[in-house]
Amino acid sequence: MNGHCGLNAAAKVGKVRQARERLYRIEGIVLKRQDFGEADRVLTLLTPDRGKLRAVAKGVRRTTSRKAGHIELFSQSHLLLAKGRTMDVITQAQAVNLFRALHDDLLRFTYASYMAELVDKFLEEEDAQEDVYLLLRGGLEALGETQGESSLALLTRFFELRLLSLVGFQPSLFACANCGQPLDAVDQYFSATAGGALCPACRTSQRDALPLTLNALKVLRFLQTRDYPQVRSLVLSADVHRELERLLLRYLTQVLERHLKSPEFLELVRGVNPVAG
Amino acid sequence: MSALAKPVARLIDEFSRLPGIGPKTASRLTFFLLRASKEQVDALAEAVRELKAGIVLCRECFNISETPLCSVCADEQRDRSVICVVEEPLDVLAIERTRDYKGLYHVLHGAISPMDGVGPADLRINELVERLRTKPVREVILATNPNMEGDATAMYLARLIQPLGVTTTRLGRGLPVGGDLEYADEMTLARALEGRRQF
Ligand SMILES: [Zn+2]
Ligand SMILES: [Zn+2]
Repeated sequence: MNGHCGLNAAAKVGKVRQARERLYRIEGIVLKRQDFGEADRVLTLLTPDRGKLRAVAKGVRRTTSRKAGHIELFSQSHLLLAKGRTMDVITQAQAVNLFRALHDDLLRFTYASYMAELVDKFLEEEDAQEDVYLLLRGGLEALGETQGESSLALLTRFFELRLLSLVGFQPSLFACANCGQPLDAVDQYFSATAGGALCPACRTSQRDALPLTLNALKVLRFLQTRDYPQVRSLVLSADVHRELERLLLRYLTQVLERHLKSPEFLELVRGVNPVAG
Repeated sequence: MSALAKPVARLIDEFSRLPGIGPKTASRLTFFLLRASKEQVDALAEAVRELKAGIVLCRECFNISETPLCSVCADEQRDRSVICVVEEPLDVLAIERTRDYKGLYHVLHGAISPMDGVGPADLRINELVERLRTKPVREVILATNPNMEGDATAMYLARLIQPLGVTTTRLGRGLPVGGDLEYADEMTLARALEGRRQF
């Protein structure tokens, strides 16, 4: 009899331990989400140690959900997940930072969407890159503290270049991407397929080579080699802003081999109420 | 590979794609229908087929309707100077249940989500602006969902509408009924504080 009880107890302890092993804690930023079933959502989370992962949050579309406000889009949260058969399930959520400033400003929200889209497209699932996580967290934080179209654009250009470096696609800006010669202080060319700036002699080597002004090249180099506190005080002309935005978008699309979706809405938002540079 | 007859497996598959129905419920429903009378099964099949055939979008508000003009838009008693903008037809039902709202609706059929490529052109936004231009509307209530995409959609609409000289309002937010304060997130609490009223 005694032995029997002992076995039962052991089985119980085993069960409790199993239940605990099925649960794990992570920190994550909600990159995107999709409605699922009646009141659920599937979240794509970016985590520092497990990379990108998908998890289901049950009942969060109900207004009475306790979790909903803690796993809003772009929020950074501490989460307790349970391993599921097809997808892990979020059982508890506590927001660390909801980035509230992104909710009240359409332009900031749109730039945040763009940053999240870039990270989502560059990282494969379970591809852990803590520095990308920190970059996104810092990027969202900085967006909330930044006012005005030109400052938001500058921050985003910095974000793009830093992300490119972290994921191994840093464009060549100091030596010609084709012949390797150091670039002189004159107007140059840029080719997304060659992977960076081209010297004037090499412009014909790439069919997608487009002019790159010396000013824009200088700014690109500055953004690529400095930290954000130094970058944020830069003041650029509207022309340089446009040039950099177009050039980097072309380069990012080339590297990703995919079309980016959020820039289209960004254009519209600016169109509705253009903010002067 | 499957021991199930093909028509059975197919129906289970179709049921599983519905919201709130898992594989177990899907099998249960399928085997129930397998045993049910032919009349019952035919009635269900016809109801499903008729669903799409008999439904159109209201030409004014884009709510789902059986007639070109939905029952709300056709109702002479409704206040035509107020339009409540919602994301989905189900939101109209939710607001109608309160019996407190006497104005008209406009159903967008979604919310702006830049990352998913859902922009204003994919929603009934131009149609809303057209309505405001041609009809004597005084107020637009932006009743999109109280989340990031809903807020963004409301902000975008407010920018479009304000130059037309129409007042825009946003549904108030606060604490959900039946919840505990300690579980509220900071944003809900902050907005509930903003919206506090004299007791
Ligand atoms: Zn060269
Ligand atoms: Zn109608």
